[in-house]
Parts: sequence; structure tokens; C-alpha cells
Amino acid sequence: MDFQPIFDASEIDDLLNGKRDGENGSLMGVLEEVQARYHYLPKDALILISESMGVPLSQTYGVATFYNAFSLKPKGRHVINVCTGTACMVRGARKVLERISDRLGIQPGETTEDGQFTLETVNCLGACALGPVVVADGAYSGEMTGARAEELLRQVMAEVETA
Amino acid sequence: MTTVRTPEELGLLRQRLVDGRDPDQPRVSVCCGTGCRVNGSIDVIEAFRRELDGQRLNGDIGLVGTGCHGFCEKGPVVVLKPSGVFYQRVGVDDVPEIVAETMVNGAVIDRLTYTDPATDKKIVYERDVPFYQKQKRLVLDLNGDIDPTNIEDYIVFNGYAALSKALLQMKPEEVIEEVVHSGLRGRGGAGFPAGVKWRLCREAKGDVKYIICNADEGDPGAYMDRSIMEGNPHRVLEGMIIGAWAIGAHQGYVYIRNEYPLAVENLRIAIEQAGEYGFLGRNILGSGFDFSIQIRPGSGAFVCGEETALMASIEDRIGEPRPRPPYPAVSGLWGKPTNINNVETWANVPLVICRGAEWYSGIGTDKSKGTKIFSVVGNINNTGLVEVPMGATLSEVIYDIGGGIPGGKRCKAVQLGGPSGGCVPSEHFDVPIDYESLQKLGAIMGSGGMVVCDEDTCMVEFARFFMDFVQQESCGKCVPCRLGTRAMLEVLTRITQGQGKEGDIAYLEELGEQIGQSSLCGLGQTAPNPVLSTIRYFRDEYEAHILDSRCPSHVCKPLIQYSIDAEKCTGCGRCLRKCPAEAISGAKKEPHVIDQEKCIKCETCLEVCKFDAVVVE
Repeated sequence: MDFQPIFDASEIDDLLNGKRDGENGSLMGVLEEVQARYHYLPKDALILISESMGVPLSQTYGVATFYNAFSLKPKGRHVINVCTGTACMVRGARKVLERISDRLGIQPGETTEDGQFTLETVNCLGACALGPVVVADGAYSGEMTGARAEELLRQVMAEVETA
Repeated sequence: MTTVRTPEELGLLRQRLVDGRDPDQPRVSVCCGTGCRVNGSIDVIEAFRRELDGQRLNGDIGLVGTGCHGFCEKGPVVVLKPSGVFYQRVGVDDVPEIVAETMVNGAVIDRLTYTDPATDKKIVYERDVPFYQKQKRLVLDLNGDIDPTNIEDYIVFNGYAALSKALLQMKPEEVIEEVVHSGLRGRGGAGFPAGVKWRLCREAKGDVKYIICNADEGDPGAYMDRSIMEGNPHRVLEGMIIGAWAIGAHQGYVYIRNEYPLAVENLRIAIEQAGEYGFLGRNILGSGFDFSIQIRPGSGAFVCGEETALMASIEDRIGEPRPRPPYPAVSGLWGKPTNINNVETWANVPLVICRGAEWYSGIGTDKSKGTKIFSVVGNINNTGLVEVPMGATLSEVIYDIGGGIPGGKRCKAVQLGGPSGGCVPSEHFDVPIDYESLQKLGAIMGSGGMVVCDEDTCMVEFARFFMDFVQQESCGKCVPCRLGTRAMLEVLTRITQGQGKEGDIAYLEELGEQIGQSSLCGLGQTAPNPVLSTIRYFRDEYEAHILDSRCPSHVCKPLIQYSIDAEKCTGCGRCLRKCPAEAISGAKKEPHVIDQEKCIKCETCLEVCKFDAVVVE
């Protein structure tokens, strides 16, 4: 998938070199930066980080799998994030999520086979006045319904086709 | 750069800043909190900048992008100062007219003013908007006035004066006694007296002590802390520095939710500026006291809102809680005495010190002092942040401030305290909001999430939603929480799928009680609350699901079906064409029929029908 930056060990080295000043507790900081760069944590990156920071791989893996912000799987080109916070839920987020899940043929947390879409949920974005909220590639859409979610997907898909 | 080395220098700086500003200068205040940003407020403020530059008015008219004003429902919100003209849902295209008509000519633009839905009257000034009128804004008071990225704005409004007073005029013990006497209790949920907690930490043995600001606001639907950090981060920092002085800590951490990028950014800028001005770092205001603050972004684990899990996370470990005692005040971060308070608690501290415990304790009820900020969300007309004195009633918040329920629907309940809390049914809305009264009702004050549910909310499904949430967020360390929440979720899921059995309710109650008593940390101990409180007040809904295979709110899909009212159907064919399951049939201009076997209950027909002919039963 060309849209995913290719894992590059030297980048991780650079990242770690900036952190080796004995600062307490920087493992999560490093993982966050790697996650931000690649949108997931490549296995080789975890090994490299563990070795150079002197942290057992089991601990690195534990941290990487405990927190929701980290993913061990690559994400799709387009990330559709449905807010399933309480406020969005009482305003009908469940129907919105079901509709998107149905149309993409994937469950939350999964990526379509062609690598185009990843469907995610988030516990609350704090944009409760606009609920239900869907975030497509970082752009917020509020007051969603099943029909509007379909329209949004059509727009994103149209971009996929023209790209 | 202006380094402030003494209290006198702070006074001089404030005087210079105040003198340099004309209070009567016209200013445009654009809300740039997360809610308004999503509605396009950044484009609006840019449009103002262009317009003022283009008209060469930028010298005469000030422009400030502020944090959250609180009235998120009507964003982007623009307030014109000093008159206080309040414009809502402002778009980029409205900007030239606002500048020309209101700023220059002083005329009010009717279509941008707020209409009070209760009276249908147009309201011109912010101070007359019922949403604001009935609030008591102490912590949020400056959110509409200051640029959170400019420390001088905060200093103009007496910022860091409390710090100066605490450091130079009070002993640490006196600061603690002041906070004790103010009656300030933790705003994160449990309501432990803040001053007592500080005293425990001060008295704990150890040279190295830490303080932490818990900004891992995890309850879905709650965003008070985010708005404080976005809108007035210096007030949080000032509270922390005072607390650190009182306790004897030289290092503080803010553990903040990563889903709040703007709050992280504003806080980062604030810490930097506070350092430059000399409020953080070495020898603060010449007192000899050193203190610095680091930001630690959380990585999306609800359990990290629990103090021992939070500390484990700062220590770079899996965020698992541990048994208490020892309490953090004795053995916390890296085994050192540590004091943790949440954002809103810290933000109250400068108020207590500046205006005194006596003043502060005059607000609120007998045992709950000060104000509390709620994020009022869900099925409510005026979604937003509401700050009221303790002791206000739920009905004041929901109806007088929140404007009631949209669509003329009936309010069923409010849910307080998120996944750890419970719901209060509408018949108890006259109860005063304080820690004890809410607890008696089976709910909690919580951190301030207030989710309003209308009559279309199925309380069983609502309870299932929370249980699903805590089950996923359970860290798995202790058995009652790990397996107990799963067992409760299974039963609730069965009930919402129409497969409930007699005895399920009693089983849920028994499980809930045991999980509450035997779990390791607050997450597990409170996890059953949403279920137990809905059983307490809405047992009939549980029974309808289990005994009659009926979802009274028409939410649980296996218990409802869709059909077409032959009298209302015009046979237009719209639903037939749109149905993704091809479950609808019927001749043109004849009533259509839904084939129940094929129907996938996606509700497309309900959405597209223009004649309200699709019926849910």
C-alpha cells in the first residue's frame, strides 16, 4: 500500500536518539510518535525500540496492546471514525454505525480487503452538540443519520475512484 | 519577554497591561473551542481578520479567538464587546455584514440573534440569554474574554494574583487550611475534600513529592475539563503551582487525554509562557520555590482515570490499578507521596486563595461548596457547558438552562457520572445537586457528564451500552470486574435481543452487588451502577423485554417490526426503490407492504417516507 509510509529502521533510530537523555518514562512517548508516523506499530519497530531502550519486548508489547491509541495492524487509506459516546448514542449513533458497517461490509476495528477503508469507533470526541458525529479522514460531520452517513461514504468513495 | 521576579513586578506588569488596554474598545470575541471549531469558527475568525484588515479597522477593533463559551448548540458563537451583542450560528458570509452593520453602524442583525424557544422572543445581548443568565460562572467566567494562548490576557484579569498571595503571604500550612475551610471537594467524581488530601500528602514522609492533574476525562459525554484547559489553561496551572507549594512538590504532571489535541496544545503553550514569565521554574516570584510541570498524553484507556492506574501509565507501564492503601498521598508516583486532583478541582484553587475560604464556602450547600460544571448533552435543546452553584436542581439545569427536550418529547431520565454513575428519573428532578443527595438516588455527581434521555431511549439498551463500555475498558486485572462485567453484559445483550429469561433481573442485581463489593478499583466497583439504577427506576422496561418480548421505546431491533400504514401510504414507490433488502413490494399508487422475512430493519424506508406511513411496533 503506497499511501502507508514504509517502515524505515533509521527513522526509529533518529526518534530514539532524541529520547536517550535518561528522561523518565519515554516508552509511551516513542510509541506514540511511531504510531503517528505509520498509523500503526510495525513489529520490527517494537523490537528495535525494546532493544535500544533496554525494555523487555513483553513490556513493550503489553503497552502497545493495552492502550486504544496503539494499533498493531496497518490502517486503510481512509479512516471512518464513528463517535459512540453516550450523547451520540442517545441521538442515534448506533444506527449510523450499523449503516456504515453494513455498507463497507466490515466491523468496527476492521479494514476493507482492498485497504481503502478502516472503520473505527471512539468513546467521545466532546463535540456532543453535533451528535451523532462521524469523522472521515479527520473531517467532522455532525447530526448524522443513516441516510447522511451513506451520502458521506459515497463522497469519500468518489474520491477513491478519481484518485 | 517579561520575566516577573517579584509580586511587585507582577503588580506593575498587570497595571501596565491594564493601562494599555481600552475597556471601551470594540472587540469581537469568536468562540474557538472544539465544538465551534467543528462548526467552522476558524474560518469565521479568519474572515473577521481579512475584513478588518481590508477595511483598515484592525487598529480600532480588537479580535480575539477564545476558548469554549459553553453554548455549543449554537456555534459558531460570536460576541461583540463591550456591548455584549450575541450572534449565533455565524458563517463566513455573515462577517462583512457584522463588521459594517454592527461594529461600525451599531445596528443589530436580526437573523443572527438568538431566539428563546420558550418565549419565541429575539434576544440581543449575551447577558439576557437564559442559557447564561441562570448560571453562576466562576471557573468558566473568563472563557469568553481571554485568548488562552496569551498569558497577558489572563494576567489582566488578575491571573496569578492568587499564586503571588499564596507564595509570599501564606505559609504552606495556611494554604492547606484555607482549602480545607473552603469546603472544596474533588470534582472528579468521588468528592473527597481537596484540602484534607493535600494535608495527608504534606504530612507524608519523603523529600521528593509529586502532584498530578488528572485530565484524562474519560466519561463519554463529559467535556468540562477539556473546555477549561482549552479556554483558560493558566487557571489550572496556577492552581497546580499553589497546590505544589502547599504540599512541597517540585514536579507536576498533567495526564491528559490524547483525543483532546486543542487542549494539549493550549496547555503546552500555557506551560511555556508561564515558564517565560517566571511562574514556573526556579525561584518563582522570588519565593525560593521551584516547580515545573510536564504534560503526559494518555493513550486511550478509560481505566487510567483511576489514580493508581494513571500513575502506572505515567511510569510507562500498562495502566493497571493496584490495591489501596497505600494511598498515593503516602506512596504514589515512583513510590513517592503524590497528590492527584482533576482539572476542575485545580481550577477552583486560585478562586479559593484569591477570594478566601469564607467567600467560597458561602456558595453551595451545607456539605457541597462552590459551583459544578456539567456538560449537558443528549436529547436536550441547549447542549453545552453549564456551571451552577451546588444545590441547584436538576430541573433548573435541564429546563431553565438546557431549554428542555427537543421535538416536544418527554424527558425520561438524566444519566449522571457516566459509566460509573446512575440515572435519575424525571420525578426526582427537584432534588438539589450535591454529592449526598445524588448518591441517595443511586446516581453520583461524577465528573459532570449529564446525559439527557428522552422517551425514545430504551433504558435496558442504555444500561447494556454502558456495560459494553466498561466490559471493554476493564483492564482485566481482577476477576470480579473482568468476568463479572462480561457476565452482566451477556445477560443484558440477551434481554435486548428478546431472549431474556425470568430471573434475569434478580441475577443482574446479585451480580452487580458482588462486582461492586469485590472489584479492585473504582472502575469495577461502580461498573454495575448504570444497570442497578435503571433496574431501580425502570424495572417495568426490563419486564416488558423479558416477559412480553416488547421494547416499549421501539429501540431493540429483534423486538420491533416495521410495517406500512395502508391508509397513509400513497404508493409513491420511494421506499420500494430505496430498500436495500428488496423487502418492499406494491403496485404504483397502491399501498406497499414490507416482507418481514426479508426486512433487515435498517430503517431506510422510515427515513425516506414523506407521508409518515412507516410504522414501528
